[in-house]
Amino acid sequence: LGERGDEGVGVAEGVTAAGAPAEIYRSYLREGKLGFQRCRGCRSAVFYPRVLCPVCGSVSLAWEESGGRGTVYATTAVYHRDHEPHNVVLVDLEEGFRMMSRIEDVPAEEVEVGMSVAFDVREEDGEPVAVFVPVTETGER
Amino acid sequence: MSLRGGAAVVGVAESDLGEVGGGFTPLDLIGQATSRALEDAGLEKEDVDGLFSASAYYHMPTLSVGEYLGIRPRYSDATNMGGSSFVSHLFHAASAIEAGLCEVALIAYGSTQRSASGRLVSGSEALPYEAPYEPRYPVSAYALAASRHMYEYGTTREQLAEVAVAAREWAKLNPKAFMRDDLSVEDVIGSRMVSSPLSVLDCCLVTDGGGAALVTSAERARDLARPPVYLLGAGEAHWHRNISQMPDLTTSAAAESGPRAYEMAGLGPSDMDVVVLYDAFTINTVLFLEDLGFCEKGEGGPFVSGGRISPGGKLVVNTNGGGLSYNHPGMYGLLLIVEAVRQLRGECGERQVADANTALVHGNGGVLSSQVTAILGSEEAL
Repeated sequence: LGERGDEGVGVAEGVTAAGAPAEIYRSYLREGKLGFQRCRGCRSAVFYPRVLCPVCGSVSLAWEESGGRGTVYATTAVYHRDHEPHNVVLVDLEEGFRMMSRIEDVPAEEVEVGMSVAFDVREEDGEPVAVFVPVTETGER
Repeated sequence: MSLRGGAAVVGVAESDLGEVGGGFTPLDLIGQATSRALEDAGLEKEDVDGLFSASAYYHMPTLSVGEYLGIRPRYSDATNMGGSSFVSHLFHAASAIEAGLCEVALIAYGSTQRSASGRLVSGSEALPYEAPYEPRYPVSAYALAASRHMYEYGTTREQLAEVAVAAREWAKLNPKAFMRDDLSVEDVIGSRMVSSPLSVLDCCLVTDGGGAALVTSAERARDLARPPVYLLGAGEAHWHRNISQMPDLTTSAAAESGPRAYEMAGLGPSDMDVVVLYDAFTINTVLFLEDLGFCEKGEGGPFVSGGRISPGGKLVVNTNGGGLSYNHPGMYGLLLIVEAVRQLRGECGERQVADANTALVHGNGGVLSSQVTAILGSEEAL
């Protein structure tokens, strides 16, 4: 992963060498890891993955692996006529980026804003999907 | 160069609304509304040389509308940023008129979503980084914003419900409103949950409907049938498309579009006689009242409570009953303009606001994504 990070995706040859941002993100997930980009120019954490920094415009973006620790920023339970509601959240990761996900192992309505969560991966229809599980403040699942 | 007062809305109309019945197309409703708006203005179809439209049905909306109506515009603008597009079209039309690129602009919209499917028709694509989590588009995005507003400011479901109740009280005064029966805070909170904390009565209606607005230069407007309603100010802003990319879920880009419009108009929130906000969901009204300066950030919940935005309340908001109780045909922005113009022309019957000379129209599009504010005024406000 370090090698891949060094290549970046910022310049034309980098894109060719490292692959499309969405593909790199997926390859991290397949290895059970949450990848995001860090701008080499302004140090902003960038998510979703792109070919330029939406803060400063730099095309020099390095891939990093997130520690996977975050806090629920917003939450909703989506209701269905024929089965239990499912949860959709926005999670703020400690590295400074936000992503949509869901919280596993807890009923949809019991997810709360401010809850500490940790990254995990689930496979759905053959594709890895980033999810989160509740943790205590000391990090225990 | 300022656009202030350079252009005016000279004709407005709704198409048939509510549920028009099977077989009608969105273009049929656009045809109805256009014909009525031309009659309202005392203009002929041949006078129209600028065409503005957005649609979830037609990939190239101004082409489809122009063809159906038999209009060959010299200026064509199909800007689509969701439900706010038509307020943006008003802004863009005034700019084009000021620049001499067209003289009479038609802004038109129609939808048959209720008769066709009963569901919101949306051409929105799913973001691959959101799709796996199956948010219900667009309600879950607004629900996420509501959850954050509740967390940061203690806003309650009761306060959100007050928005729906106020809209219903206004709708009772509007014969064209789709929902006019009694509604209580308890009814809203007890209704079927859709995407928490928003229940079905926190959500706008799904109706058929359309509208048309005609815009021309202030000079030409003075010779027409109806009193001109001048565009005094306008501003637009957007910061994101997808809800996961919205920087702060409790502050929309209305915090920029509003000040831009106020600055152009030389007016502020306290000068507004009528406020017409895009209330796709109850949280919208709370957010936009804050972002547009009618109350402090975080105070929207208390501000809308106790009947303060109901008929006879402190601030006149959404006199037609809004998207929540009047009509919401997929994209609602054009109907905001229709109501503001009618209030400023004094045509609103039971719900008419006395001495209304200024109106703020605020359009929202996507998932709190695009925000467009326009300030309209009567001759007296010029």
